[in-house]
Amino acid sequence: MSLEDLTSFNWGIMTPEFIIVGVAALITVLDLFMPKKQDRRILGWIGIAAIFAAMVSLAGLLGAAPESILDDTFRLDSFGKAFKFLLLAGGALVLFLAVSYKADEGLEEYRGEFYYLFLTGLLGGMIMTSSGDLITLFIGLELLSISSYILAGIRKNNLQSNESAMKYVINGSIATAITLFGMSYVYGLTGSTNLLSIARTLQALADAQHAYLLGLAFLMIFVGLAFKLAAAPFHMWAPDVYQGAPTPVTAFLSVVSKTAGFVIVARIMISIFGVAASEGPGSMPILYNMQDYIAVIAGATMIIGNVVALKQSNIKRMFAYSSIAHAGYILVAFTSLSSNFFYTVWFYLLAYLFMNLGALAVIQIVEAKTGSTKIADFAGLYRRSPVLAVAMGILLVALAGFPGTAGFIGKLNIFIGAFMVQEPHYVLASVMIATTVVSYFYYFGIMTQMFFRPAADDSKFTKIPVGIVVVLIVTVAASLLFGIFPDIAIDFVNENFNHFSDFLQ
Amino acid sequence: MDLSFVLSLLVFSPLLGIIVLAFMPKTEEKTIKIVGFLATLPALVIAIGLYLHYLAGKALSDFSVAKDWITFGGLQGAEAGFWKVNYELGVSGFSMLLVLLTAVVATLAAIASIYIKKEWKGYFMLFLLLEIGMLGVFTAENLVLFFLFFEITLIPTFFLIGKWGYFEKEKAAYSFLIYNGLGSAVLLIVIMILFAKTGTTNIEMLTQMMNDPNVPLSGDLKLGLLIALLIAFGVKLPIFPLHSWMLRVHVQAPPSIVMIHSGILLKIGAYGLIRFGMGIFPEQFETLAVLLAILGVINLLYGAFLAFIQTDFKMVLAYSSISHMGIVLIGLAAMNEAGVQGAIFQVVSHGLISALLFFLVGAFYERTDTSLMENLGGMAKGMPIASGFLLAGALASLGLPGMSGFVSEFMAFLGLFEEMPWIAAVGCIGIIMTAVYLLRAVLGITYGQSHRDFTGVLDLKGVEFVPVVVLMALIILIGVIPSVLSSPLQATLETIMLGLGG
Repeated sequence: MSLEDLTSFNWGIMTPEFIIVGVAALITVLDLFMPKKQDRRILGWIGIAAIFAAMVSLAGLLGAAPESILDDTFRLDSFGKAFKFLLLAGGALVLFLAVSYKADEGLEEYRGEFYYLFLTGLLGGMIMTSSGDLITLFIGLELLSISSYILAGIRKNNLQSNESAMKYVINGSIATAITLFGMSYVYGLTGSTNLLSIARTLQALADAQHAYLLGLAFLMIFVGLAFKLAAAPFHMWAPDVYQGAPTPVTAFLSVVSKTAGFVIVARIMISIFGVAASEGPGSMPILYNMQDYIAVIAGATMIIGNVVALKQSNIKRMFAYSSIAHAGYILVAFTSLSSNFFYTVWFYLLAYLFMNLGALAVIQIVEAKTGSTKIADFAGLYRRSPVLAVAMGILLVALAGFPGTAGFIGKLNIFIGAFMVQEPHYVLASVMIATTVVSYFYYFGIMTQMFFRPAADDSKFTKIPVGIVVVLIVTVAASLLFGIFPDIAIDFVNENFNHFSDFLQ
Repeated sequence: MDLSFVLSLLVFSPLLGIIVLAFMPKTEEKTIKIVGFLATLPALVIAIGLYLHYLAGKALSDFSVAKDWITFGGLQGAEAGFWKVNYELGVSGFSMLLVLLTAVVATLAAIASIYIKKEWKGYFMLFLLLEIGMLGVFTAENLVLFFLFFEITLIPTFFLIGKWGYFEKEKAAYSFLIYNGLGSAVLLIVIMILFAKTGTTNIEMLTQMMNDPNVPLSGDLKLGLLIALLIAFGVKLPIFPLHSWMLRVHVQAPPSIVMIHSGILLKIGAYGLIRFGMGIFPEQFETLAVLLAILGVINLLYGAFLAFIQTDFKMVLAYSSISHMGIVLIGLAAMNEAGVQGAIFQVVSHGLISALLFFLVGAFYERTDTSLMENLGGMAKGMPIASGFLLAGALASLGLPGMSGFVSEFMAFLGLFEEMPWIAAVGCIGIIMTAVYLLRAVLGITYGQSHRDFTGVLDLKGVEFVPVVVLMALIILIGVIPSVLSSPLQATLETIMLGLGG
């Protein structure tokens, strides 16, 4: 590739990525030259500014037609733009939590890393949303994963944090290896790593034997990626890692990393297996043949997540299982693949981003005050800080999916999708709603602690860090706003993303 | 004059009270209680206004409002008005009566909240939120909006029971939440299937579409949906064997909330069955009529027999509610004008009677710290006026002619005797049992042997008279002039009968 080729690309469509990578590098260097004792918090604020700048530049790209550069490895289509907004919004809120995070044992020396690793992880996710090639998808995935491994273990002298990082690395590597193995089948059959040319080759695939190989590849890729979603059967890491990691990292994993996971699943599954014929040209795509398997995984994920959450006494563990359950709900949309599929997934992740980050913000501040993450520590929160308790109450109601909140609209979309397709998924939808009722038990269990139980310690919450205040205002307002006026979201999507119809072009 | 803002004003008027309360110091007990009470008045005034508007001979459809609200994305037909859920409120004769009942009971329950001992501010904010939910349920014109308000009633009730209730309040709150959560989960599935298949949730449109052969809903699916609806609203009503949560709530919740719960919230079940079950699936409803009649008789007898052996007066009333809801089912199962009218009368009448009786239980409990009949014996000496009202309320409940209970029972049974005389005959045992258990309980309390000294116990006084007098007056009014209810119902009944093909 000559220099001329390089300059001929429209690099402008990568501006958001360039901003993030540039600022991540800048923070790294600043961290190196800053005096050892100086407060590194300023680096976090720089990171937040960078994310906002990236968002603004992304907004500037909204009108751009879908375009690919670098030999079709990087493509900016409406799917990429829509999910990049989610990642950036999640990343910004996580950094707000991070700058408010109380320096814990062994964290002071590492403060610099603590901020720029969020940015590199975010960058990995953004690359995934805009990949047109298996290689760049995989690189994005690894960039995100490796940043997360380090972040999980960043409390160097904390036993739980170390355990969490160790488990995460080992499980994560196994999952990645399985995914990669599955991808190698696809490459072997088609001789290409580019998603669109893979799709073209597979459409013409005539040999039924090859279809079986592809089926195998599908299962391996999906199971491997299920790890990132924290879906069954690869969900076991989540409780340990969520519990051990610092709360901002937990927030990052449960929101940004999960969103990126769904992005890569959608990219690979729909662009490859959504078009690959199962029995010769013109027959049903493999993805539709595999619906039953995805349904089983979705059902198992919802049941395991919600039922095991009932037994937890540690709130971060409980939220890990809750996060598993929500992944299961989104997988229901993947199972039904209705015509509103992209919007459904996008909206649910948007709602989940706000609900979950808000709840974790409250958890972080209660943890900072009480020094532990037991659910019992929420006892009497209403007396100690009515504002925090009411905010948490609203977020929990949203997570439980009550009407008037974004969580409800998200679930409605999923239900409509499940019922409107040719063969409606009655059983799966019933499992979803039944497990939702189960989830009332544990979400309202926290409510019981906050509102009904007396506090062990009556001291008030004074001086809530500004970052937490920002996160709480944004998340509570958004959870209600998108619940009462969901058309704001749909108008935005319809105006700018045109039903995601350019996904496969 | 454009009146379409009226219903929105009605439903959301308690919001004003919530906002005012939010800015008040939480220690001002008296002011908070007065503000809480005043905040229920606008809704009451508007509800009475609706009734006067009707009496003046004008159409209730003047109040209907429809505004764009939610669109569901990426779906075909979005331009043609489908796949949209609008903000639609409206009233018919039937729902207007329930709105009026809600507004009256809510105001009276706000007065009954004088017995609340702690955290008045939070209490009244939740109370008013609950009122918004109840008013919304009866005015919603599409299923999603109905569901939204339905769930809005759930959360405040959970807190009101769990925080301000009696000894086992948390357990009661949980069983309330989970049973009702399951019920509304089933309801949500029904709504979503209907929406996904037809592209609309507007009740009127759905009613029309069900007769349209082009709509892709098979008879089996409709029957399945109706059974699901029966379960969903059966939890709320409650229908045996889905009733156990309701007993706990009636015993554990504070009296003002039980007034609302027994007076209004249970009626949402009946309203749903009539409006959606009978309204949208009339054909399938007919095939289930015998089942409903049997379920109704079981409810009636089961409630009556168990009420007979209770020692706690609250439990007597709780079982009595189950028994009386059986009469609603009996009336509906008859599927004729008398039966359905009887069912609706029973809904309103029981709402008033149970609110009265539970208020009196609260008044007794406030003074004696007990609701066990054994301990309350001989109350007529200490509280003659309250005991008199108690006796009158019980007589209304057992169906004394001249009071509202009689009219509804009479019509419901009249309807059923016409269709299924044998089942109705069995059901009649329940009516006798009702007299037995109520008189046993009430006579035991008023004139029974006294084990405690009630000297120094004060009788009803001051504002406590307002709820008992108002409720008693309405009960007698309906008993003497049933047309105050039946004439607004006429149009609704005709529509239902048309759907049933009768």
